[in-house]
Amino acid sequence: MKSRSRIIGALVFFGAAALTPALPAWIVSLAIVALANALVVLGLIILWRAGLVPFGQALFYAIGAYAVALITRYTGLRDALLLLIAAAILSGVAAFVTGFLLARYREIFFAMLSLAMSMILYGVLVKTGTLGSTDGFHVEPPTYLGYTPQSGMRLVLLFWLVLVCCALAALLISLYVRSVAGALAVPVRDSEIRLEFLGVSVNRLIHLNLVIAGTLSGIGGALAAFAIEHVDPNMAYWTTSGGFVFVTIFAGAGFVAAAFVGSLLFELLRSIAYDILPGTWQIFLGSALLLTILFLPEGVGSLFQRVRRLPRPTSERDFITGPS
Amino acid sequence: MTAILSVRGLEKSFGSVVAARNINVAVPYLQTVGIIGANGSGKTTFVNMITGHLRPSKGSIWFEDRDITGRPSREISRLGIARSFQVPQIFNSLSVLDNICTATAIARTGGRLMRQALTPFYSPATRTEGEAALRLFRIANYHDARAAALPQGVRKLLDIAMAAAGQPRVLLLDEPTSGISIEEKFGLMDVVMSALRDRRITVLFIEHDMDIVGRYADRVLAFHDGAVIADGAPAATLTNPRIQQLISGPKLKAATADCDHA
Repeated sequence: MKSRSRIIGALVFFGAAALTPALPAWIVSLAIVALANALVVLGLIILWRAGLVPFGQALFYAIGAYAVALITRYTGLRDALLLLIAAAILSGVAAFVTGFLLARYREIFFAMLSLAMSMILYGVLVKTGTLGSTDGFHVEPPTYLGYTPQSGMRLVLLFWLVLVCCALAALLISLYVRSVAGALAVPVRDSEIRLEFLGVSVNRLIHLNLVIAGTLSGIGGALAAFAIEHVDPNMAYWTTSGGFVFVTIFAGAGFVAAAFVGSLLFELLRSIAYDILPGTWQIFLGSALLLTILFLPEGVGSLFQRVRRLPRPTSERDFITGPS
Repeated sequence: MTAILSVRGLEKSFGSVVAARNINVAVPYLQTVGIIGANGSGKTTFVNMITGHLRPSKGSIWFEDRDITGRPSREISRLGIARSFQVPQIFNSLSVLDNICTATAIARTGGRLMRQALTPFYSPATRTEGEAALRLFRIANYHDARAAALPQGVRKLLDIAMAAAGQPRVLLLDEPTSGISIEEKFGLMDVVMSALRDRRITVLFIEHDMDIVGRYADRVLAFHDGAVIADGAPAATLTNPRIQQLISGPKLKAATADCDHA
């Protein structure tokens, strides 16, 4: 089954990549934003499994986006790959540094501390003229290994880039989730004392998870900056973080693919809601989340597990072994 | 015979409360030590200091010829001193097999985080080792059961099996039979002691049931008010009237106090 899910993943990947030029632009744009967000959600899933819900993950998302924007603006470097690597490193370092403090907290204290940190960045961005202040600033579209795509091709290339990033992230994270360190997430929620007496430093384990989640969020932010071609302080605002948590609940933390499926479905719902109820679209999304929590407490992702195998094993076992 | 574990002049105080005073004990390899004493006499403090959960105020702790005083618990457990808990610390949302495999997988990766991130959780070797441990502790038929739904006796055995997973040299059992019915106590201790002897593990156990202590311990440490007041063979120690009075005395007093209130 493990190899089967890889085959399905590969089919989706190549199918989507081949179809891109034929798809209408609005779908491609929507998918780019959805998949960029899905990387942040994937990071949240890693933390969620260990019982941690950060309400300030937008901190790393904004760092990734601003890294791209500032480097493009002040150095003229526009290569997508180099910018992505820079964004990943900067957000990873930020997660590593803040992790020394964050990794010591749990539950609501963790959530609030992470929120506070993201709001500090928000404050700094709003107050600093050279960082664009409240308006933010425009981001030049990236180039690809020296090639500057024209308008039509721009979206397609960006989508391919997003697809590659998502495929790599999905592969690496599914390997991580099946590793010993990845499998320790559920035990962290059950008994930290036992883990410490088995020789595990729980804080270091959580620190590692924070760095993974932060790096993923930074890459997501960088891709969002490429897509929107604009950055502003709202990217660090708490409602952005809240939105990621919203999508994570909606998607479910059961397995890796849930992040992508959930995020795509969410963006689709949002654009439909915006179309039908321009003034009150939040009601539509709120009801969707409510229904998800009531009828699919493990998220939309759990639907796929139901289809794939009946009867279902205990969900917690899936956390550790994945849908084997 | 050289000692595998020894403490010298061990003291611990919390403010004005002295929980351990001048404890000197050397435990030879493979000796089974029963630790007795009334509630609050310092038994668990003693175990907590050895396993690194509490830092002693004074004195030193030696594991063979290595000074382990004040080291963090995860380091001490990696060196080979493990413990079980009075309230079993098992992973409730996992199956029994995943519980034991978690413990063996951690031990197999030596507690190093980067190695743990790069090693798959499910390896045939981990699984074989985990299953062997479940058989050794006679809980193999609970294999797929969720830990949250286990009966107390099985929870206790799983807790001890997990503590023993990393091939420790010394294992400290904190009240292995608490919460177990009288009829089951001896059966449980038979399983635990033969399993640990099979693995050549030196055992120290805290116990309130004097019949259990008399049956399984080679040596008894009696605690009172933070000090070791008797250290010797079970037969002599357990029949000593002064020990009997000090160990059960406070309990009787508490019982009469309750009656007075009522």
